[in-house]
Amino acid sequence: MFSFEFMQNAYLAGTLIAIVSGIMGVFVVARNMPFMTHTLSEIGFAGAAFGIFIGWTPLNGMLAFTTVSSILVGELSGAVESRRESVISAISGLFIGLGILFLSLSNKNSSYATSILFGSVIGISHQEVVQMAILSVLVLVVLFFIFRNLKDDSFDAVGAKTNHIHSSLISIIFLVLLAFSVSVAAQIVGSLLIFVLLTLPAASSKYFAHTVIQMMLLAIAFAIFGVWFGLYLGYVTNWPVTFFIASIEAVIYGSALIYNSIANKSR
Amino acid sequence: MSETLISVEDLSLSFPNHQVLSDLTFKVQRGEFLGVIGENGVGKTTLIRVILNQLKPSAGRIKIKNGLKIGYVPQFRNVDVEYPLSIEDFISLNFTGIKLPWLSRKEKQKIQTVIKQVNLEHISKRPLGLASGGEKQKAYLAQALINDPDLLILDESTASLDPNTKRELLDVVLRLNKALGLTIIFVSHDMQVIHEYPDHFLWLTKNGYTAGPISELHNDSKEGEYV
Repeated sequence: MFSFEFMQNAYLAGTLIAIVSGIMGVFVVARNMPFMTHTLSEIGFAGAAFGIFIGWTPLNGMLAFTTVSSILVGELSGAVESRRESVISAISGLFIGLGILFLSLSNKNSSYATSILFGSVIGISHQEVVQMAILSVLVLVVLFFIFRNLKDDSFDAVGAKTNHIHSSLISIIFLVLLAFSVSVAAQIVGSLLIFVLLTLPAASSKYFAHTVIQMMLLAIAFAIFGVWFGLYLGYVTNWPVTFFIASIEAVIYGSALIYNSIANKSR
Repeated sequence: MSETLISVEDLSLSFPNHQVLSDLTFKVQRGEFLGVIGENGVGKTTLIRVILNQLKPSAGRIKIKNGLKIGYVPQFRNVDVEYPLSIEDFISLNFTGIKLPWLSRKEKQKIQTVIKQVNLEHISKRPLGLASGGEKQKAYLAQALINDPDLLILDESTASLDPNTKRELLDVVLRLNKALGLTIIFVSHDMQVIHEYPDHFLWLTKNGYTAGPISELHNDSKEGEYV
């Protein structure tokens, strides 16, 4: 299996994605942002389509769109709770529409759309792996420096205010990091299934681990397991890798919920 | 011997539609246990926010001792039953700043010290989301203690607790006050515990305020609207 260069690239990229998603996911879940993350990935779809339209790589188009819009989306979805879901629907709809428009204008066939929306393993070149690695390292380095303040702001927003943490600055930095992570993760699971790596592993980890660092390690483990096993099953069966990764992560999350309800009963 | 930590003079604060605090004058000395009492809406939390420098007074002055370290336990927290962090890790959240992600040995020791101070040793590894109301308040208190404050502000910390748990928490606070000389501002609308624990009071009402040593509160409260 590893004699094929595309499989090597896929495993390399998948591992990077799993690490970044596991770590970022813990904050996504703590900050209650799974849907906001999903919206970013839909914006990413429009960006990728735009990239194809003007002759960039899909990853660059995605990065451009998600980074610029992440802050805007953050501001909008910070609005009144009751309005939030509608605002997110409007943004998602608008950007998916734009994505379809760019794809149709660029005269590319529909397989392009499928690979952006649902991910593609074969499409990842060595050069893209290098770019993803650079982005991942960048995300991790920034996280390293803001870790303590981000942790306080994410897990105890009320307390963070009294610690004089600049909450809106932390939010903006986090959203930009999230835009990078979404763009990187979308390369393998596709923009429609960002949840699968940026939310589910972290959401599962919180039922087993009770410190932020333990949650991160466990979320990385869940994500890596899903990606590696999914790639393998995809290779063997020739079925879509995304299907396997999504199923594995969903099963892990389901098991975590069952474990939790059993543990609660016996308490 | 006594040292003034906070000195408030003729302080007033009004929001666009209404006046909340007017011509308030009082002092907080080091080592004091001050109970701030009053009905909902008279400006207790507003006063705290002025002390925390989150609000500016409309008139008057507030002087806070240079370099005074304040530990604040806010009234509301977003901690639901699925909140994952252990009590220990929750307490560590207050170690903020641009530092290494993991805790130093000194920081770990400090966490164990404050956990002992609030009597949570037996459940320090349990998720905070599964702790009882009283245990949660103790964890919030421990978190506020982590940076060695001179002054501890408790905003309605006992509001949702049953009488026994309330006393358990306030016994801990009183011990911190007596043994460590920690200055306390305790905000509450519960007249009974204000009589029992603090040594001074500040009673805010819609029309003004009274303040003084706790022995003077007793007579007032009989005439007042409180039971």
